[in-house]
Order: sequence, then structure tokens, then C-alpha cells
Amino acid sequence: MFHDLFFSKSKSKVPKPCPIALSTRVRLARNLSEFPFPGRAESGQKKAVLSKCMSALGKVKPLLSSTSVELDELSELDRQILVEKHLISLELSQSEESGGVVLSNDRACSVMVNEEDHLRIQVLANGLDFSKVWKLADSLDSGIESSLDYAFDSQLGFLTACPTNLGTGMRASVMMHLPGLVMSKNMDKVINAVNHLGIAVRGLFGEGSDASGSIFQISNQQTLGESESAILERLEMTLENIVHQERLAREKLSEDDGLRLTDKISRAVGSLKTSYLIQSSEAMDHLSLIRLAADFGYLPEKFRALADRMFIEVQPGHVQLSAGKPIEPGERDRLRAETLRKEFLRMPQLNLNAQVD
Amino acid sequence: MKCHHCDSQATVHLTQIINGQMHKMDLCEACAQEKGVTNPDNLSIGNLLDENPSKVDASTASMTCESCGTTHQDFKKGGRLGCEACYHVFRPVLEPLLDGMHAGVKHFGKVPSRSVKKKSDDDSEELLNKELKKAVEEENYEKAAKLRDRLKKLQAKSSASA
Repeated sequence: MFHDLFFSKSKSKVPKPCPIALSTRVRLARNLSEFPFPGRAESGQKKAVLSKCMSALGKVKPLLSSTSVELDELSELDRQILVEKHLISLELSQSEESGGVVLSNDRACSVMVNEEDHLRIQVLANGLDFSKVWKLADSLDSGIESSLDYAFDSQLGFLTACPTNLGTGMRASVMMHLPGLVMSKNMDKVINAVNHLGIAVRGLFGEGSDASGSIFQISNQQTLGESESAILERLEMTLENIVHQERLAREKLSEDDGLRLTDKISRAVGSLKTSYLIQSSEAMDHLSLIRLAADFGYLPEKFRALADRMFIEVQPGHVQLSAGKPIEPGERDRLRAETLRKEFLRMPQLNLNAQVD
Repeated sequence: MKCHHCDSQATVHLTQIINGQMHKMDLCEACAQEKGVTNPDNLSIGNLLDENPSKVDASTASMTCESCGTTHQDFKKGGRLGCEACYHVFRPVLEPLLDGMHAGVKHFGKVPSRSVKKKSDDDSEELLNKELKKAVEEENYEKAAKLRDRLKKLQAKSSASA
């Protein structure tokens, strides 16, 4: 059969350096010793924390070239865009008073002020790279600590508003693209297995978000009782295992049901090229298949980068940003489809005979 | 198996270890959702404590943090503490929870350099004070004078660095 020809060499079709991990993030929760935590602080205390932190943050090396913003100065749309770019959390975006954020100009570091804790120090990098991200977060944290007194207890570590963050205050996470495990209906098994190891799995936008586009945020759940390096090591081992399982799932899908896979990818290409109305979750599911096609070598590498960029651009805030004003959901769907048609207009035919080493 | 709260079929089975004792609870999807059990991050410790009232004795019910005003009820409801001092006030109810929540109950991670320095200064100030008191009691005034000078120097240093 013709599709046997396409998939007879399927094992070699799953590229080895498969970029299953999109990005790595380390977040540290810290509080100032002399103030109540933000949830309990009075208006004046929150203001004092904001000004104290903002002036300290501007002096720390990775933030020398940075942008400081107080949330009060931002429109609702601006806040939404920062959330979609993963630069601030949903909780901070809903802050009613004295919320702030300092963003390094290279966008690698972001420090939120008066979120659930006084400080949320966050470092982001592409791909899977805990050692680089932790090193930067650690030095940023030490720099900040040189001028601020942290709430710290020798037994319990860094004291946080929620005891689930106590100890290291560290949440390390990796954004992973796992279409193989989703399509083979193995994702629930993976989630159950890693939950037992103290590791959490969430959707693209963290807590409560769905898994559109087969993108998952995988992070440590436990923060106390182990050192940062032990937590990262355990998380990294689990992630390697997930990458392995994803590779196996992809191989099996292309071997057992290659024609269906080709059909799915091809329909995704068709939808992106021809839709006139499209919601963000549908768009993300199609983009996920474009990314997978690039991993299989069916599409040139640059389409993976395009899919990654579009994952963010199709979000409601970004669609409105391109429109230059807030617009209704129906109009957003029209504009989103228009942008996608333009971006994917020149997409080549799928190269189903691709050989990827 | 029936849900702990209603008569629906229980599909979520929760096992918790509190005070070293295992507690099992069976919940239906709807009640589990309501209690936040299906999303570990929203899992309110307080909500779960409510299900085990026998585990919270009467003496802890009236606990209040004098520093920020957080009550034991607040913590049970929101699962969040109000300030640094809360960790001392609510320690008795917190410790068994931490045991089930984390890999251990002792911090093994990074230690901030300033707080360590401050702590060792505090410790040595306390130690010098004790020695000074003892020297005075023993009427060893020569030693007391030396200790007093060291104490003054330490206090001057810490007020200069603050």
C-alpha cells in the first residue's frame, strides 16, 4: 500500500534531537522579613514593599538594563499580553494595588512584586536547560538579597504565603510539546505516574488552563526537604523519561497508524491555510501538528519556529494587540484566521519521504 | 463505593497522612472538584482539615497571629499564612501538613547570606549578654568590663550595617 512506502522507515523518521522541550523556567518565591505577606498587608505596607523592592531590583546586575512597570499603569489588554508571553502570572495581572514587575530587556528575567509573595523571581530560557536557568535565578536572588532582608527560617527555609512553596521557594518547570502521548491516549498515564513522584502537569498557562496544542507545563510540586539541585535532578530525570516516552509514542503512531497521522497533519495544514474563523484552542491544535510535522521532517525546520511564534500570536490578547484595540471574540476569530492564512500561505507540500537522522 | 459527602458513586480516592496516621476519603467527581482535590495546586489545606475535625484539637482553634491578625480559621479557609510570625504561631498545625506535602520537613536548600550573618550576630550578642550576666553575678568585674566592651562593639557594628 502506498502509505507503507511512506512509513516503512518510520523509526528513522523521528529526529533524535527532537525539540520536545520548548522552554525552561525557574521561579523563586521570596518575602521581606519586616512586612506581612501581600495577602495580609495593608495598602500602605504594600506600597512600601513595592517601592523598597523596585529600588533594590534596579541595582541588581541582570536587571541593570530592564523595564519596571507598576500594574496600575497598565491597561487590561497590556496585562493580558504580559500573561500570554509568560512574563507575569494571571494572579499578578489581576492585582488591584501596588503590583509591579521588572523585566530584563532580553526578557530572560522577570521579577514580580506583591504577587502571592512579595517577590517572585523568574528566569526563562529556550529548550531544556536547568543549569543555566538555575544559575541565573540563583545569582539574581543573591543580588536582591544583598540589599533586602528575606523572611527565612533555618528549619523551614524561605517563608512563603502558601506552605506549598515553603523551603526553597523554587518551582522549576519545562514547557513540553507532547502530541504523541496525547494522540496515543497515554497522557493520563504519564500524569498519574509523575504525580506520584511529586511532579505536577498543567496546561500552557499553568494552573487551571487546558492542554490545547498538546503543550504541558511540567514542574516540581515539593519545595521543602530537598536542596534545589536535588529537586532539579529529579525533575530532569523525569523529563528525560517523558521525552523518551513521547519519542516511542511518535514512532508507534507513525508505524501503526501512519496514514491517519498524515491525514491529521494534512488537515491541519489545510485549516490553517483556508479558515476564515478560528478560535485560539483550535488554532493551537493545528499548530501543534505543524510542529510535529517539522519534527518528522515533513516540513522545513523554520515551520517549527513559526508554529512556536504563532502559539503566542493566536492568543486573545495578542490578536487584539495586532488589531491595535480591544475587539469582540467573533471579530478576533476572523482576524486570527486572516493572520494564519497569511503566515501559512507559502507552506510547501508535506515531504512525506523525509529522512531525519 | 459512595462519596463521603453525597450518595453519588465515588471516583476520587484521597489518601492523606496527618500526624503519621493514614486517612482515606472517597469522593465523587463533583465533590472532589468542589474541594479542589483534582487540582493539587488549588488544594486548600484548610478544606481538607475540615474533613478531619478530630485532628485539630480545641487548643489550636483559637490560635491567632498577634503580628498580622491571621487566625487559624483564616488559614483553614484560604490555606495561606499572613506573615513570618505565623510560621511560629501555627507551627503545631502546620508541621503534620508539611510532612504530607513535601519531601521532608527540614530545609536543605539555599541559605541567604544576610540572614545567616544577622543570625550569627544575634546569637553572639545573646551569648555575650549571658556571659556578662554570669560575670556580674560572680562579681568578676574585670571579665564583665571586657565582655561589655565586646558587646558594645558588636552592637555598633550591627547598627552601622543596618
